[in-house]
Amino acid sequence: MKFILNGQPTEVKAGENTPLLYVLRNDLGLVGSRFGCGSGQCGACFVMVDGKPMASCDLPLSFLENKTVTTVEGLNGTVQKALLAEQAAQCGYCMSGIIISATALLARNASPSEKEIREALDKNLCRCGSHNRVVRAVMRASREQA
Amino acid sequence: MNKPEKLPQRVRIEADGTVSIAVGKVELGQGISTALAQIAAEELGVDLSKIRVLPASTAYSPDEGVTSGSLSIQDGGKALRAACAELRGRAEKPASEYRIVGTNAPRLDLPGKFAGRASYVHDMVLPGMLHARILRPPRPFAKLVSIPDHPGLVRDGSFAGVLAEREEDAIEAAKKLRARAVWSDGPATPRDIYAWLKDHVAESKVQKENADPAAKARGVKRVQAEYHKPFICHASIGPSCALAWMKGDTLEVWSHTQGIFNLRKDIAIVLRMPEDKVIVHHGEGAGCYGHNGADDVALDAALLAGFSRGLPVRLQWTREDEFAWEPYGPAMAVALEASLDNEGRIVSWRHDLWSNGHTHRPGRAGQPVLIAAAEIAQPFERGPAVDPPLPAGGAQRNAVPGYEFPDHKVTFHYVREAPVHGSSLRSLGAFGNVFAIESFMDELANGDPVAFRLKHLKDPRGRAVVEEAVRLSNWSSFVKSEGRGHGIAYARYKNVGAYCAVVAEVEASGAELRVTRLVAAVDVGLAVNPDGVANQIEGGCVQATSWTLKEEWKPGTVSWEEYPILRFSDAPPVEVHIVKNRQPSLGAGECTMGPTVAAIANALHDALGVRVRTLPLTADNITKAINA
Repeated sequence: MKFILNGQPTEVKAGENTPLLYVLRNDLGLVGSRFGCGSGQCGACFVMVDGKPMASCDLPLSFLENKTVTTVEGLNGTVQKALLAEQAAQCGYCMSGIIISATALLARNASPSEKEIREALDKNLCRCGSHNRVVRAVMRASREQA
Repeated sequence: MNKPEKLPQRVRIEADGTVSIAVGKVELGQGISTALAQIAAEELGVDLSKIRVLPASTAYSPDEGVTSGSLSIQDGGKALRAACAELRGRAEKPASEYRIVGTNAPRLDLPGKFAGRASYVHDMVLPGMLHARILRPPRPFAKLVSIPDHPGLVRDGSFAGVLAEREEDAIEAAKKLRARAVWSDGPATPRDIYAWLKDHVAESKVQKENADPAAKARGVKRVQAEYHKPFICHASIGPSCALAWMKGDTLEVWSHTQGIFNLRKDIAIVLRMPEDKVIVHHGEGAGCYGHNGADDVALDAALLAGFSRGLPVRLQWTREDEFAWEPYGPAMAVALEASLDNEGRIVSWRHDLWSNGHTHRPGRAGQPVLIAAAEIAQPFERGPAVDPPLPAGGAQRNAVPGYEFPDHKVTFHYVREAPVHGSSLRSLGAFGNVFAIESFMDELANGDPVAFRLKHLKDPRGRAVVEEAVRLSNWSSFVKSEGRGHGIAYARYKNVGAYCAVVAEVEASGAELRVTRLVAAVDVGLAVNPDGVANQIEGGCVQATSWTLKEEWKPGTVSWEEYPILRFSDAPPVEVHIVKNRQPSLGAGECTMGPTVAAIANALHDALGVRVRTLPLTADNITKAINA
């Protein structure tokens, strides 16, 4: 299976039904995408496929032929920097997926309202209650990339 | 392993000028490593960047018990401070000279986590490691009758799992085997858990009593009410995970447990190994809000490692495993009764509480408590969940009111038999007890809940947080309108810990409740890292809002569909005020839970005029209360 991963042409040998998450974590050593539920309900494993956030835990490898995949490891850091400035995490386990969703949001809407940010992150579950700090960080990232 | 006499060396200066600190308290996502590093840097007079916090391990860390009860700064910080001062050969620094402690040092672990680097036990890779999944029955206590043969299937009695070189193969095999395994029926879960608890009392224990017949006789009005708190899940975003490696006669385990020594004890019992042949290393997990599946999955992995011919095993529980098998925060029923004198002052108070024990942690008794201990072919009888005595307590945590009530009696009706597996969830019994007490205080207040509380509250630090929350929230200028309300609640955590008052503002449309604002005022003594404290308080308020509005574990819960939690669009803004003082530091992680739930319930009453005494405050329970 061939696809572009974080800007690099990548080829992996694994069953075509293998969910992308396990290929990333176990074959390619990219552990930033986390296992949360295995059924696309929590967002911890989100990656961008052709610019759109998608759950990688139930995304079969066959879907990715000639597509472009970006994981948290492949991002430029605008959102990450803002998250650090706001100290916007506790355990951090859900953050990779949130970084993916927030980056995708800012790519399509450079200055989202607070409401739009919250709605864009509604597919990402956070259990520690870092929601408000994350929202502040995304607003900061939006200002700083302007 | 180090020789025993070398243990535990808490602080070591390395050749490169860095300082390694070995602490027994572990990172649970609460930022404790950073706060402890601040304490060490302060006492040693070195830059914070020079401090390395070693991951805890039974091989070299001091045994500081379990990381729980908001005690890491109180106890772990104190021990570390003393060790650092001793190394420097001088007395501990007075708080007035602190320049690192008390500042908002950024978390040391967040850059790596935001970059997606390996940060959790889940991310560990050991050479030749096999991936595993566990096979458990759909309901507790069922026995495995039959299971078809399959490559990688291993079984010891009713304990079964599957091993594979590739993770997706382990997942597929487990899926297939789960569908074809035959289990005996386990006992049914009680339909009405609150009635069931009251029918199964093993022992009634008076926790605190002060008989004042003269005061009681002044009572002219008697009020009673009963409150219910359901089973609540820890529901961490990352299901539990562990690695285990049997190397000859020595077993190594990597776990996100809260207590490496306690876990080691239970593993050694169940595997019938000497304790010194079991090494448990701590690695971080996803957010830990009490005793989740971490210890159970570690024993599972340890047992599987006995079948893997010397190869290390990585066991990842599924989301379904975690929802079905984590030890839930136990259900509670609380009945309160009060008498008021003719000036509206409480003269007599009764608190009766029914619950299973709130601590079912390993390593506390000779009997193992972990799930697999009872499943293997030569099983162990699992010990019951128990409760430490007050003031910490378990189920009875915060059952003793923090107010001045002349005649009072607090009784805990302990239920030993457990219909489902329960253990410590953030704040333990305090969530249910404070919900009951602080709801009842509003019911008794007759109009002015702030003045009524202050009338019965003597402790000046308690009064200060109540007054601060009132001031910050602009309590007296709140504009009430159709469906809008506000409420307040207060508690001192464990009666000896952090002080916290919360004001909640809510909006109800029909029976749908939304929390629109939370204001929390806390006194945690000296805040080692004020922003870290604020983060814990904000997070605690949001999590408690989620428990309050949405959460109740029911049999059959296997995914986020059956167990919804608060999402970004529902999370209320939280304003935090930390009282500044140099009193001894008090843990901050749990103190908001009780005040938040009660403040929301009181705000709901203010908004709709309905008193909802059964959690969660869903449209269903609100409608039932309206129609009652």
